[in-house]
Amino acid sequence: MDGQTRDLPPLTEGLKAASQDELAHAFKEMLRIRRFEENATRAYTRGKISGFLHLYIGQEAIAIGTNLAMREGDRIVATYRDHGFALAQGCDATACMAELFGRSGGLVGGVGGSMHFFDRDKGMWGGYAIIGNHVPLAAGHAFAAKYLSDGKVTICFLGDGAVGIGPTHEGMTLAGLWGLPVVFVVENNRYSMGTPLGRTLPVEDITLRAQGYGMESDRFEVTDPFQVRDRLKVAVDRAREESKPTLIELLTYRFRGHSMSDPGKYRTKAELDGFRNRDPMEMTRRALMELHGVSEDALEAVDEAIIEEMDVAMASADASPQPVPEHRFKNVYVEE
Amino acid sequence: MAVLQIREAIRDAMREEMLRDDRVFLMGEEVGHYEGAYKCSQGLLKEFGEKRVIDTPITETGFAGVGIGAAMCGLRPIIEFMTFNFSAVAFDQIINNAAKIHHMTGGQFHAPMVFRGPNAAAHMLGSTHSQAFDTFYAHIPGLKVVSVATPKDAKGLLKAAIRDPNPVIFFESEVQYGVKGEVPEDEYLIELGVADTKREGADVTLLCWGQSVAIALAAAELAQEKGLDVEVIDLRSLRPLDEQTIFDSVRKTNRAVVVEHGWPYGGVGSHLIARIQEECFDALDAPVLKVCYEDLPMSYAENLEHLTIPQPSQVLEALEEVSYRG
Ligand SMILES: Cc1ncc(C[n+]2csc(CCOP(=O)(O)OP(=O)(O)O)c2C)c(N)n1
Ligand SMILES: [Mg+2]
Repeated sequence: MDGQTRDLPPLTEGLKAASQDELAHAFKEMLRIRRFEENATRAYTRGKISGFLHLYIGQEAIAIGTNLAMREGDRIVATYRDHGFALAQGCDATACMAELFGRSGGLVGGVGGSMHFFDRDKGMWGGYAIIGNHVPLAAGHAFAAKYLSDGKVTICFLGDGAVGIGPTHEGMTLAGLWGLPVVFVVENNRYSMGTPLGRTLPVEDITLRAQGYGMESDRFEVTDPFQVRDRLKVAVDRAREESKPTLIELLTYRFRGHSMSDPGKYRTKAELDGFRNRDPMEMTRRALMELHGVSEDALEAVDEAIIEEMDVAMASADASPQPVPEHRFKNVYVEE
Repeated sequence: MAVLQIREAIRDAMREEMLRDDRVFLMGEEVGHYEGAYKCSQGLLKEFGEKRVIDTPITETGFAGVGIGAAMCGLRPIIEFMTFNFSAVAFDQIINNAAKIHHMTGGQFHAPMVFRGPNAAAHMLGSTHSQAFDTFYAHIPGLKVVSVATPKDAKGLLKAAIRDPNPVIFFESEVQYGVKGEVPEDEYLIELGVADTKREGADVTLLCWGQSVAIALAAAELAQEKGLDVEVIDLRSLRPLDEQTIFDSVRKTNRAVVVEHGWPYGGVGSHLIARIQEECFDALDAPVLKVCYEDLPMSYAENLEHLTIPQPSQVLEALEEVSYRG
C-alpha cells in the first residue's frame, strides 16, 4: 500500500474542500454506477443482455458532479453511454437493469434498451444513439424553457466523436444565436470507438469552437466530482440567470472498451494504468481515508451494501416478465 | 364563403391556431421578416412578434431538432421547410427523433408538431429541387402525412395537424400556392385520415393527392368526353390512409388508376395498388394502373421535365386501358 501511495497523485482541492458527508455521498453514488455496470457486464456475458452496451466505468464523477450542480426540473440529455446519468439522477436501479434485459419493468418498458434511458420525472431526458442528433433537441428543450420562462436548464452531453458531425454544429449555432439556457458538455474520453482524438479532430482543444458560437467555455481534466460540480455550476448559473449557453470540454477516460464487443486493444497498458492511478472514484475513496480517517473496513461495508443492492436489482430485473406481445403496438401514435 | 389562395388559407390556419394557443409558434428560414419564401406567413411576424415567428439560419437539422425538443417540452411548433427538398438534411431528425420519441420512451414523451412546406416538382427547378418525399415519410410509422390540393382542405387540415398530438408532415406545392377556392368563414377542422371524393363517377376510380389532384380532375374531364364516368378520390392524408373510401369506390367501379407526383419504384402508388389487390381482388375487372414520374431524376429542360411528369393525356390512356377502350 505504502509503496503504491507514493506513486499516486496528490488529493485535489475539490476533494480537500469537500466535507466527509459530501465525500461519502459522492463515493457511494460513483460506486453504485460502477457496480451496476459490472453486473451489466456479467449479465451480458451470460446472454441476459443483447445489442450494444456502452459502459460508463471511469467517467462516473461526471454524472455525479453534474447531478450535484443541477436543480429540480433541470434536464440531462445524454448519448447512448447513459446508464451513469440515469443512476446519478436517481432512476431505479432495477428499472435500469430491467431495461437492459428488455423486460416490462424497464425504465421505458423494455422498448429502448441500453442506449435509450429516459425518466422524465428524474430529469433524465435520454438516451440518444444517432451521434449528434440530440444536440439540436437539447437546444430545443432550452428554447422551450426560454419561451416559457420556466428557469429550467438543459445539460447536453456528447462525445469527442460527436464534435465534427453536422447536427452538433447546427444545434450549437442556434443556441449561441438565440441565447438558449443550455450547457453543452463534451465528454472527451480520448477515443471515438477505436480512433484517438488526433485522427478525428483537426484542432485538439474543442472549446476553441465556443468563440465561433458566441459562447463562454471551460475545459479541464476531470479529477473528482466536486470539481465537476463547481465548474459546471458556473455554466448552469450562467444559463439560468443570463440565458447564455456554455461549451465545456471534460477530459476523462473510459476504462473499458467502447462497447462490449470492443476489447480496447488500441490502448497501451501504460496509458490505462496511468489513468487508473487517478481514477476520480479512487481519489474520492482516498480522500475519505486520508483526510477523514475512514477505515478500509467501513468502505468495504459500503461496497458490500452496494453489491447487495445491485445483485438484488439484477435478480428483480430478471424476475420482471417480458413485455406482452401487444406492447409493441403501444405508443406508435398518441391516441386522443 | 371567402375566396382565398392556398397560401392565404395556410396563413389563416396558422394565425388562427396561434391566436387560440400561445404554445404554437412558426419557425423556419425567411418565415418572419420576409414573410415566407412563398409568402405563406404574411403578416404573422407583425402580429405575433419575434418570439413566435422565428427566422432561422440555414440549419434544417438544427431547427427541425429544436422544434422536436421544444415539442417534447409541451410547445406546438410549426416547422417550415422552404421546400421539402431541404428536409433531406433534416431527415434524421424527423425519422429518428420525431417519429420515434413516443415509442422509444415508452410513451413518456411525444412530439406534437407540424413540418410543412412545398413538396414534389414545381416548374424547371432541376433534379435536386423537384423531389417528392411522400413515399419517404409515409413509409415511417410514427409520422402522419398530409398532402393538400385546395384552399379549403389546406386550412382545415393544417389546423387539425397543428392540434394533432403527433408529428405531422404537411405537403404543399409551389405551383399550387396561388390556386384559389372557397373557404368557409366559420371555423372548421378536417380530420386527418379522411379522403375526399372530388368527383363522383361510376366507371373508374382515380386516386390522387396533392399536385396530382388537378391532373386527375383534368383527365376525368377528358374521359367524360369519351363517355367514361370517372370517380376522383383525393386521399388528402397518406398516413393514416382512408382505405375504406378507396375500397368502397373500387368495389363500385371495379377499376382503378393511381396518378402520382412521385417515382414508380416502391412508391405510395405501388402501396395503394398492393392494398387494392389484397382487399378488392374479386371486384377488379382489370389490373390497377399507375401513372407517375418516369423513373428518372428530374431534368431542367422544359420539354424533358414535361415528359417526366404525368400529364392528363397519359392518365386518360390509363383510364381507357383499364376500361378496355381506346
Ligand atoms: C451518425 C452516427 N454514426 C456512427 C455511429 C456509430 N457509433 C456509435 S458510438 C461511435 C463513437 C462515438 O464516440 P464518442 O462520440 O467519442 O463517444 P464515446 O463513445 O467515446 O462516449 C460511433 C462511430 C452512430 N451511432 N451514429
Ligand atoms: Mg469518446
